[in-house]
Amino acid sequence: MSNVAQYDVVSIRNDFPILERSIHGKPLVYLDNGASVQRPVQVIRAIEQLYQENYANVHRGVHTLSQESTRLFDDARVKVRGFIHAACVHEVIFTSGTTESINLVAQSYARPRLQKGDEILITHMEHHSNIVPWQIVCEQTGAQLKVVPISDKGELEMDRFAELLSEKTKLVSVVHISNALGTVNPVKQIIDAAHAIGVPVLVDGAQAAPHIPVDVQKLDADFYAFSGHKVYGPTGVGVLYGKEALLKEMPPYQGGGDMILSVSFEGTTYNQLPYKFEAGTPNIAGVIGLGAAVDYVQKIGLGAIAAHEHGLLEYATAKLRQINGLRIIGEADQKAGLISFVLDAVHPHDIGTMLDAEGVAIRAGHHCAQPIMERYGVPATARASFAMYNTFQEIDVLAEAIQKTIKMFA
Amino acid sequence: MENLRELYQEVILDHNKNPRNFRAMDDADGFAHGNNPLCGDTIDVYLKLKDGVVEDVSFAGHGCAICTSSASMMTTALKGRTEAEAEALFNSFHHALTEDADYPDDVPLGKLEVLKGVKDYPVRVKCATLAWHTFDAALKKHQGEVTTE
Ligand SMILES: Cc1ncc(COP(=O)(O)O)c(C=O)c1O
Repeated sequence: MSNVAQYDVVSIRNDFPILERSIHGKPLVYLDNGASVQRPVQVIRAIEQLYQENYANVHRGVHTLSQESTRLFDDARVKVRGFIHAACVHEVIFTSGTTESINLVAQSYARPRLQKGDEILITHMEHHSNIVPWQIVCEQTGAQLKVVPISDKGELEMDRFAELLSEKTKLVSVVHISNALGTVNPVKQIIDAAHAIGVPVLVDGAQAAPHIPVDVQKLDADFYAFSGHKVYGPTGVGVLYGKEALLKEMPPYQGGGDMILSVSFEGTTYNQLPYKFEAGTPNIAGVIGLGAAVDYVQKIGLGAIAAHEHGLLEYATAKLRQINGLRIIGEADQKAGLISFVLDAVHPHDIGTMLDAEGVAIRAGHHCAQPIMERYGVPATARASFAMYNTFQEIDVLAEAIQKTIKMFA
Repeated sequence: MENLRELYQEVILDHNKNPRNFRAMDDADGFAHGNNPLCGDTIDVYLKLKDGVVEDVSFAGHGCAICTSSASMMTTALKGRTEAEAEALFNSFHHALTEDADYPDDVPLGKLEVLKGVKDYPVRVKCATLAWHTFDAALKKHQGEVTTE
């Protein structure tokens, strides 16, 4: 509780210049954080400063700017290691985002190992990014995709998981926090069960890394993926954490510069980790901005952020439950700070447009999780998702805007 | 929110709540299924033609208020028009919302005028034109069947 008491949301908000904006003459209430959060001035400045003072390509030049950029770039990897508690720095691979991280594992880890009759196990609450890469690799290899069902509340059916996990399973890939339902999955339990029969696990942490403390070693995750733009960092950059032993065995994902030690037309010697998986000039500013972002998040503290967002969730859930004709989709016992909902009389798109007129930004749609929409028999939902800078008063604005919407469509 | 009255006019809200010709048709001459995968809107359009005239047209499916009311208004506007007139109305409606020169603006929109406010909400234009594109597909399919016979 002391965390909550000390939490200074006003000073946090002051770090986010965009929150000053007004939308249609109303103060912005930004509740589309599940899609992408906003950036603090510390991140914006880090990128600006790089381009104004230190920028050059990395790992190439002997000149001063290249050395400065390289140092900032390498520092960011050290920061990310600390952020997710990886055992070593070279277990942190920079990618373009969660999507690329998952594709990398699908093509470089899974594809060479899969044979006809093998299985990949995912769940019904995955983002398309954690479905389609496995469908592709299954098509390439003749392996089969198995799906753990979810309950009406939006929780994984763990007894079905136990049944589906077998010696045929070659990899389990599961979302840590569902972007459409908010469910926090028991990933530790899943990993332990999979490891008991020697099956590695990838965790899609896109929605977890910004909201709860993540310790990949405590989880014993084999792979962990997340995106920069959801952890208050830049777009176009993300992370794949992988255990060293697994990464070492994997062939490169793409060919190009930086991922090789020497090239001749007879053959190529691949570089060591992590560079083996980082072909071409990386997203230098993105990586450095991500370093600044994880610094910022750690300064506020993920424990404190999680507690604040949990408070918002409880408050918002109670408020929205009072609204007649509103149904919350996803009522798991363990939930992160987001609420998917539908209204009896108003389509999610109309809700989105109506709320925008009140300055409230939410997401309306299928959230790149069409199987979930199908599971609950809705074409789409409206989703309000919270971040460290949201306030209780903003939830009041949200609830009021929903009431007005219902009235207008009545 | 009051400024949204331009978009959500009373007529539109009324068609949304009580859509006209909202039913599947067993004996349709033309049918097409339209969807907008980004929003999850889906519309089925059914069509009955007699001597080149739209005798009956109906729709089923689900979408947002703009999509549903546009489909509903479309069905009432199309009945009794010839195929060529229906096509011209589709073009003019499309032109009004997109200003796309590929769609000639030859005929007055009449009651469909109320949907013109959608133009100011670019992401919603697709919602308003979905039913029309689906109707167009149903008509073309029907015409295709006629010529191959
Ligand atoms: C759970 C989850 N997985 C994966 C992704 C994909 O992330 P990105 O688009 O940054 O690659 C998202 C983004 O919405 C997500 O919420």
